[in-house]
Amino acid sequence: MMKYNIIDGVKYTRKHEWARQEGNTAVVGLSDYAQDKLGEIVFVELPDVGTEVEAGKGSAVIESVKAVADLYAPADGSVVEVNEELLDQPEVINSDPYGEGWVYKIELKDESQMDQLMDKPAYEKFVVEEDEE
Amino acid sequence: MGGKHYLPLTDQDRNEMLAAIGVKSVEDLFSDIPKEVRLQRELELPPALAESEAIKHLSSLASKNKHFHNCVSFMGAGVYDHFIPSVIKHITGRSEFYTCYTPYQPEISQGVLQAIFEYQTMICQLTGMDVANASMYDGGTAVAEGAVMGCGATRRSKALVSRSVSPFYRAVLKNYFHSRGLELEEIPLRDGCTDTGELEKMLGDDVASVILQQPNFFGLVEEIGGVADMVHNHKAVLVISADPLSLPLLQPPAEYGADIVVGEGQGLGVPASFGGPLLGIMASRSKFVRQLPGRIAGETVDSEGNRGYVLTLQTREQHIRREKAASNICSNEALVALGAAVYMAAMGPQGMREVAEQCLQKAAYTRESITALKGFENAFPGPAFKEFAVTVPGDPAELNRKLLEKDILGGVDLAPFYPELNNVMLFAVTEKRTREEIDTLVRELEGWK
Amino acid sequence: MRKSKALIFEMGRSGRQGYSLPSCDVPEKPVDELLPKKMQRSEPLELPELSEVEIIRHFTELSTRNFGVDTGFYPLGSCTMKYNPKTNEEVAALPGFAFMHPCQPPETTQGALELLYNMEEGLKELTAMDRFTMQPAAGAHGELTGLMVIQAYHRSRGDHKRNKVLIPLSAHGTNPATVSMAGYEVVQVPCDDRGLVDLEALKEAVDDTTAALMLTNPSTLGLFEEEIMPMAKAVHEAGGLLYYDGANLNAIMGYARPGDMGFDVVHLNIHKTLATPHGGGGPGGGPVGVKERLTPYLPVPLVDKKGDEYFFNYDLPDSIGKVHSFYGNFGVAVKAYTYMRMMGAGGLKQASTDAVINANYLMSLLKKTYHVPYDRICKHEFVVSARPEKKKGAGAGDIAKALLDRNFHPPTVYFPLIVEEALMIEPTDTEAKETLDAFAAVMEQISRDIDQDAEKVAHGPYNTVVGRLDEVRAARSPVMRWEKDKG
Repeated sequence: MMKYNIIDGVKYTRKHEWARQEGNTAVVGLSDYAQDKLGEIVFVELPDVGTEVEAGKGSAVIESVKAVADLYAPADGSVVEVNEELLDQPEVINSDPYGEGWVYKIELKDESQMDQLMDKPAYEKFVVEEDEE
Repeated sequence: MGGKHYLPLTDQDRNEMLAAIGVKSVEDLFSDIPKEVRLQRELELPPALAESEAIKHLSSLASKNKHFHNCVSFMGAGVYDHFIPSVIKHITGRSEFYTCYTPYQPEISQGVLQAIFEYQTMICQLTGMDVANASMYDGGTAVAEGAVMGCGATRRSKALVSRSVSPFYRAVLKNYFHSRGLELEEIPLRDGCTDTGELEKMLGDDVASVILQQPNFFGLVEEIGGVADMVHNHKAVLVISADPLSLPLLQPPAEYGADIVVGEGQGLGVPASFGGPLLGIMASRSKFVRQLPGRIAGETVDSEGNRGYVLTLQTREQHIRREKAASNICSNEALVALGAAVYMAAMGPQGMREVAEQCLQKAAYTRESITALKGFENAFPGPAFKEFAVTVPGDPAELNRKLLEKDILGGVDLAPFYPELNNVMLFAVTEKRTREEIDTLVRELEGWK
Repeated sequence: MRKSKALIFEMGRSGRQGYSLPSCDVPEKPVDELLPKKMQRSEPLELPELSEVEIIRHFTELSTRNFGVDTGFYPLGSCTMKYNPKTNEEVAALPGFAFMHPCQPPETTQGALELLYNMEEGLKELTAMDRFTMQPAAGAHGELTGLMVIQAYHRSRGDHKRNKVLIPLSAHGTNPATVSMAGYEVVQVPCDDRGLVDLEALKEAVDDTTAALMLTNPSTLGLFEEEIMPMAKAVHEAGGLLYYDGANLNAIMGYARPGDMGFDVVHLNIHKTLATPHGGGGPGGGPVGVKERLTPYLPVPLVDKKGDEYFFNYDLPDSIGKVHSFYGNFGVAVKAYTYMRMMGAGGLKQASTDAVINANYLMSLLKKTYHVPYDRICKHEFVVSARPEKKKGAGAGDIAKALLDRNFHPPTVYFPLIVEEALMIEPTDTEAKETLDAFAAVMEQISRDIDQDAEKVAHGPYNTVVGRLDEVRAARSPVMRWEKDKG
């Protein structure tokens, strides 16, 4: 039984971000697995709206008490919206990683990049392997 | 062999332990060091000294030095002969404090953590800033890190530093900037103070930090009321290097718009120690806290709701953020900061005010007396706090040699730092100086040349 | 026994004082005449008001809420928490050292300069380096100084494309942080399954953009990098330099010297290896030593000797400049020098011998109960992985808290990063066999406690003045100072 909540309807990266495509935009966040590994999140550094992000490159910073993780962009694009709620309540990433805990929204440069990301079954398999290491 | 009293293992212990490890000899434990790098001889060091011999040797070295206890000092330039209450060494000498490491295990480090929290609060009270760290190495490194912090906060890479900032601090700053590839320009002087007209011209939207010192290196209290607006109009950060002992009397930097306050805390009950250990002060507005380098103690509660203290916001620091850390600082001057907290508690608001006022009065009296002498002139006009620059009729080194004959440590010669200031000396007068000592100095100067 | 302690701001009473100052004996002028009103503080300063006895009791009580080397065993890995000899404290407090001004003329500082000169001679012999500066105030400060010197060296040769510094994965966090501060890029070098730097990977990583390799030897795993000579060769052949992080020098004094291993620059942590106290985080001392070809770039001033006279030499045109306002933590250097003189060559070598015996002995005891991922002869420290215990419900951090309840300072936890649930243990040379036996027995007991009730262990400590502190709360809404109205 998978102990992490891995949901349908979003795509996953190998660095444990999720992205939900909405037309030519994508909402991006941290997977349940990633938030669990980080532990209690205490601070989030958001990109400015308008920032150009590049697939696989750091685009936001998520901090727990004793760890810092980059949130890598799942695809190329420019940031159109950020979740400012996280500045006051970063812990919603822990409690609701796929909902209230979203981090930012980008306008996709190349929608086909989304096809390269993992779907739920592929990501489940990936997480099991990661966890065994 | 020396140091046996520090090494508890006996030969019998060693043999039993080697057997338990499962090796035949000590040599087996060092067999992983390749032959070609093994030292094939014993170290050549002077023979070991017993405790009494060591004390004799060190005392003999110490006796070759002049110091504040056998001389009357008028030296300043960042390090001063201020009064040090006896309580300080009795607290910093408690070995639960001085033999512990950084409080990474808060439950058994509440003493250091709470003392640092109290120190941080007092630094905030003095400077008017929102948050202070647990210390930097000294005033120079605090200035450098403050300027770098401005670069981080603004994502720009250029700083402007006034020539009235201590040349010692500027030397460190220059080095920190040069190695990082950051740009540094010096704001010229006008009457010994920052030329704010020039500063206005130099300011642009590429400037991250502007660094001024108050009172400045020449002891002058600069008129920098309007500077903050100028700096903030360009979205740059104002870094003020302040003497904490001046702050009971002077306007706190927060009030005239400083974003970051740094400084040398040696005056807060810290022995001069030939220039170290000193105490780097660093404080800022809360919006810059994530760029603040070094350790910070924070308040929290334990599992039962009791108030307690921990190191907080550690993700800024090197042991977590590694190459992306705000700074590489790890060891700081925690014990010195603790001593400074004891100092501020002992002096209290009244004592610190008295110290500052006595510095002001005694420096003014000395300045007036010296500049009344023929050939001695004020190098700069303007109000001074506890030191002042004087043009003297001859070679400062020669004058200092003469003063030394009377067991007086004279002023600091400024020519090595400001080539244009020939025969100019910086005299400091702290609350410890008496009228008699000052009058003796003046008499000696009078008889010179 | 659980209780909070009042803050100093919550004590005392207006009008009390803890100082005594003589009255001002010079003719006074109105303050406004000396200082324009607008430059003066308008609101009175807020600070505590207490009598001397209250101050002493407050801070004395705080000291009892603290654990130092003098309190008990402190096997904090890579921190070398050895005993701090009391003689050192005595001599450093002599007025002839403690009350000297840094700008005094040289004829009044001969004893201090002689001490610095002699200390440099000792450090040169200990490390096989050609010159030292005492200016860096701490290890990390020494690292920065060392990299600045390396940078100046490359720049002086017109070699401007070297912008990378290689660091093994096992390195201290200060190394990569320092590399960034010096404007360099970090290149991580992996370790092999023995825990040593992967030589082949290193050879591949080295090229004409390599400024230096930074290395701790023995490493943070307590393992001696046996392939140091081929590593040095690879870096030197590519035109790079070798930087030695001296954090772990306590393992090899008198056995091997960084300069003989091919290192060009070293820093020492005299608050570790040379027994000066850590002071709750400082002051420390991080002298930097270099080989001949790098001496022109050391910070000014150096201490030199002409005839019988010692002096500060500022005549170093290629120097990087200054890294400290004055000459570094002189007061700490006095203590380290005293230690070296009392130990002598034989004592220093014996200290390293005993540090290594103690570490191997303790490892042999602990590996009966705990997993030692790199099970081979170690130097001054070793690493245990609490991964199996973590699976049972209590990991490295919880074991640390359980040790607090038994009056031991815990090892370094969660470091080095290449070992999961790491406990990094450095017993040092100044501990008796009985202490190590007692520590091992407690560690075994904790292991049994985890088997029986991991949940309980995961919620410790139980016997400390405060319980487990909520670090999440402290980080989410930081309170970093006391404020009057908030109480």
